[in-house]
Amino acid sequence: MEIGSNFLNIGYLDSLSYRASPVHRIDPRIKTIVTIVYVVTVVSFPRYEVSGLLPFFIYPVFLISVGNIPPGFVLRKLLLVSPFVVMVGMFNPIFDRTPMLELYGVEISGGWVSFTSILLKFVLTISTALLLIATTSFTGICEGLGRMGVPQVFVVQLLFLYRYLFVLVEEALRMVRARDARSSGKRGKGVRVFIHLVGVLLVRTIQRAERIYAAMLSRGYTGRMPLRRTHRIGMKELIFLSSWILLFLVMRRYNLSLYLGILLGQDGMR
Amino acid sequence: MSHHIIEFRNVSFTYPDGTAALRDVSFRITHGEAVGIVGPNGAGKTTLIMLMNGLILPGGGEVMVGEVPVTRKTLSEIRRKVGVVMQNPDDQLFMPTVREDVAFGPSNMELPPEVIEQRVDEALREVGALHLKDRPPHRLSGGQKKAVAIAGVIAMKPDILVMDEPTAGLDPGARRQLIEIVKGFRHSRIIATHDLDLVLEVCERCILLHGGAIKRDGPPGEILLDAQLMQESGLALPLSATV
Ligand SMILES: Nc1ncnc2c1ncn2[C@@H]1O[C@H](COP(=O)(O)OP(=O)(O)OP(=O)(O)O)[C@@H](O)[C@H]1O
Ligand SMILES: [Mg+2]
Repeated sequence: MEIGSNFLNIGYLDSLSYRASPVHRIDPRIKTIVTIVYVVTVVSFPRYEVSGLLPFFIYPVFLISVGNIPPGFVLRKLLLVSPFVVMVGMFNPIFDRTPMLELYGVEISGGWVSFTSILLKFVLTISTALLLIATTSFTGICEGLGRMGVPQVFVVQLLFLYRYLFVLVEEALRMVRARDARSSGKRGKGVRVFIHLVGVLLVRTIQRAERIYAAMLSRGYTGRMPLRRTHRIGMKELIFLSSWILLFLVMRRYNLSLYLGILLGQDGMR
Repeated sequence: MSHHIIEFRNVSFTYPDGTAALRDVSFRITHGEAVGIVGPNGAGKTTLIMLMNGLILPGGGEVMVGEVPVTRKTLSEIRRKVGVVMQNPDDQLFMPTVREDVAFGPSNMELPPEVIEQRVDEALREVGALHLKDRPPHRLSGGQKKAVAIAGVIAMKPDILVMDEPTAGLDPGARRQLIEIVKGFRHSRIIATHDLDLVLEVCERCILLHGGAIKRDGPPGEILLDAQLMQESGLALPLSATV
């Protein structure tokens, strides 16, 4: 059971965020704001909208290419969470059978259209959120949050959580391995052993917290965390912010795929 | 230079659960001395170290750093003078990057930013880890973590450097490098360790703890090479003495 390497693969996501690219260098606050505006815009589309959403792929595609992020990584993460969305949207085609449009002579019900719309919104928003982390680093996001007025206690909490997640996962893996090594091929003694392991992990975590606090005190901690400010909002940031938000608003207002369709002499989907 | 002196006067310490970890311990370490503290697991080494910078306060007796007794009131002064490197570097490297971590101590001393920056570079160079400056600590190897943890303490320019198990988990190369760092440090050094060869090589004095009390205090050569004493104390002869 490789929690660390297979499930969320935080380690890999983390290592991506230390790459150097023009997107990585943009101030985290700006990227966070653009991402929020993006998500709100995408989600605000009506439930039967499909073609209007397509142009929004430009932002994640931009982040992937300029940020030098392997697209396969993003796709795998999307697949990992997709069952959840399919569950959410699954009932639309069953309950909503009003015919909506005809495609090559096949009648398509409103349910299928809205299901497609949900899927698209999901793919767009989740991939953008993942890409925000992959191009910003968690530390950067925390720094941004702090500078946008989030109280320092929360920021420091988040930073410590992130820092010790790696240590904790490693410790948990070691314990699981130790259990497996002594349970002759079976998975230990089931739930009781598992509960015991969780208990031990909790105690160790508390002890570790005490030791970390001692280390902080040893180096003169008085309640103020000296966090560095690594970014600055400059011209590049302002251009990034304003041009993306403008583009999102335009794409929200005007259905670009439709215009493209007309331009190419075809009918748009809707 | 009286402030480089650390003195224990009949110190006892009992943990809240009733474990008597130290009993009537007295010694005096003077300026520039390198002292090894050895003893089997549970002998009280870590407890002794935590008493030195006031992470715990003595139940009986007194701990003096220079002319200052370690009390609740003098803690910030004491912690500036006594730099402690923890047993597990993961506990000590809590900041997002190496640079910020090394800067943590100096920042808490309210130094101006240029001085902090300079001290960070100096300290990292001293332990040979300047190239790791922008790395996040959780992506370092064990030896690199240890080096950075030491840099974080020497960046505060303490008068006395205290280390708990500095060579545990290091490969021979990293261990060698650490020994050189310790040798190069100009002030008083106190090293609690199971690495008896380290004590033989670096220290001119050795304190043998056993069951929370000092069993011997003297030159490492006399204590660590005494086969009978070592066996009584649950230790073994240093490797270099057995070949
Ligand atoms: N937090 C605690 N609460 C209760 N007892 C403790 C605590 N920490 C240590 N002890 C006990 O105090 C005694 C001395 O422990 P200490 O950690 O100082 O030993 P040590 O010499 O550092 O051992 P090691 O070589 O294993 O690191 C031991 O008997 C130990 O069980
Ligand atoms: Mg110890």
